[in-house]
Amino acid sequence: MSLDIFKERGTPLERQMFTWKEIAGEPYSKLDDDAFTRVRQILMHGVEQESCRFKHFAARFNPDLRLPLAQIRRVEHHQATMVNWLMPADQSALETTIGFEQVAIEVTAHVAAVEPDPYMAQVYRFGLLEDFDHLYRYAALMDRLCGKDANNILQSYTDIMPGRPTSVEHRSPEDDLRRYYEKTKAAPLTKIHAALITGAEWQTRDYYLTVGPTFADPLARQLYAEIASIEEQHVTQYEALSDPNETWLEKWLVQEATEAYAYWSCYCQEQHPRIKQIWERFLSYELEHLRIVRELMQTLERRDPAELLPAEFPDPLSFTSHRKFVRETLAEEVELRARGFDIVPPDQESPASVAYRAQLNGAGSPSAVVAAGYQWKPGTELTDPRTRRIEFASLAGEEAVR
Amino acid sequence: MSSNNRPTDIGINRTGIALSPIDGPLMAEGASAAPPSSTGSARDAATVRLQYAVEAGDFGHMPPPLTLRGAANTAVELLKGTKANVLLDKLGERLAFERTGVRFYDGLIIKFEASGTWEGGPTLEELVAFRDDEARHFDLMVQTLTALGADPTAMTPSADLAAVEGLGVLQVISDPRTGLAQALHAQQIAELADVAGWDQLACLAETLGHTELTAQCRSALAQENLHAAAVARWLKAHAEIAARGELSAAS
Repeated sequence: MSLDIFKERGTPLERQMFTWKEIAGEPYSKLDDDAFTRVRQILMHGVEQESCRFKHFAARFNPDLRLPLAQIRRVEHHQATMVNWLMPADQSALETTIGFEQVAIEVTAHVAAVEPDPYMAQVYRFGLLEDFDHLYRYAALMDRLCGKDANNILQSYTDIMPGRPTSVEHRSPEDDLRRYYEKTKAAPLTKIHAALITGAEWQTRDYYLTVGPTFADPLARQLYAEIASIEEQHVTQYEALSDPNETWLEKWLVQEATEAYAYWSCYCQEQHPRIKQIWERFLSYELEHLRIVRELMQTLERRDPAELLPAEFPDPLSFTSHRKFVRETLAEEVELRARGFDIVPPDQESPASVAYRAQLNGAGSPSAVVAAGYQWKPGTELTDPRTRRIEFASLAGEEAVR
Repeated sequence: MSSNNRPTDIGINRTGIALSPIDGPLMAEGASAAPPSSTGSARDAATVRLQYAVEAGDFGHMPPPLTLRGAANTAVELLKGTKANVLLDKLGERLAFERTGVRFYDGLIIKFEASGTWEGGPTLEELVAFRDDEARHFDLMVQTLTALGADPTAMTPSADLAAVEGLGVLQVISDPRTGLAQALHAQQIAELADVAGWDQLACLAETLGHTELTAQCRSALAQENLHAAAVARWLKAHAEIAARGELSAAS
């Protein structure tokens, strides 16, 4: 299946309309629907949020583009809302968090596996192992705080085991910057990947900052604060991959192409008939957004956007389990660290990052504490009689000894 | 005892309008002088909610049955038909509730360690014993579902809703600002629901002819009745001591 983005016609902008009733439509089922329906929903909300965010910044620097930016952004705001409102209310903030990490792992793994630029691919593998660890920490929190099994959300597609320990992911800002692709040399897919993962990570950062304080448990509040900080690092890392020499219109074009590619990928693989219709509808919207930006580029920059876009999209994003790829990456690269723009062996790690995290972890590491001695088991660790019948020892006594 | 067990002491609570003698009346006058922007009443919103309720699908269903290989013949017979799914759904609910109940008691034990108890309040041994009861009940449900050929790791629809119902209890127990008595007040909701849950499950098992399971549920029900009674007793003692103004010396 392929999509010719120059031939396919989208829905005219004036017909891209919503009612509150359809925006607040029926959510998917947490229990019955496939985990990848949730993955797609979370990803596409992230992509739309990134799109709105980009357009707001673009409007601040480009008075001539303000009207088309506002017109398309209004539609995308409603697309973002409608996609986000697919989340069911019986899905707790922590369950949604597990879904966010599944997105980060499976989508980043796909991108890392197919990214044509070897340096970019390495950066994605590097970030992947960090999000992989976040899932393990949140799963431990869910098990030990709530008595719930994260695999009810993951549906056995994604492993729950340690990755690069979150406590060592904290890096000094200069070690989160990465080299950017060169806009004249990079493959269109490289540009799309950078926009896609940046949006997904930014959404994750924002989500953790929003829901973190809604937890009463002090360790949960610490953990969300800690992992939100890593997501901020990830946004720094992934947004650094895009060429800063691209014009605003070039970046806008990449953003719209990313949205069309992602919706098309969702449409190709969605099993839920009603949600598949949403992906189809929004793909049609994005094709029109893309056409408008192409016209703007021809008018304002007097350039042919065909030079920048693929005639046909490559294979769709693969919404499947990447267990084998992730385990191989884990085995080979979990010890890697960062120094400046480079991913390096642990003995070459930046002293600035070592000092940075020593200070930040100085009063204890939430991610280490929350998963101390933790091994996920089907049905939670309480299925293990040794955990269930744990001998009680007074914490006050331990504290006094310390 | 830490001060967080004395929330009824006078502090600076700013939520009531009486604390704003100038602005409060202005608020009331302004609101009553501005007419509603549209006609109608709260029934209008009820109409919208009714429409959603009529149109909405289910939030989830039972998982498809696993192979019954390994399950006893009697279990296979008893699990035929839709009645079986009613039982499996409720077994899944109790499993999830008891598993979360273990974590509630983990939180209550921390409260005890942080703020101590009061005369007529729980002992540490009681809280630990109640936690063990919840853990045993959880294991009973795992073993029962497994013997019936069901997947004990599945979240059944009733288990899902029970978790939503329990979110408020978890928030109160896990909040470091609440004391043991406040956390036990939340736990009282869980214990009362647990009693009702085991009672319903015992009746259901009996109706479906699961003699042994019925007896096991009745045994668990008896323990949960003890829990609920104990929590109620501890809370009454706490309120009486607080009302006498003796709370600070209670521990």
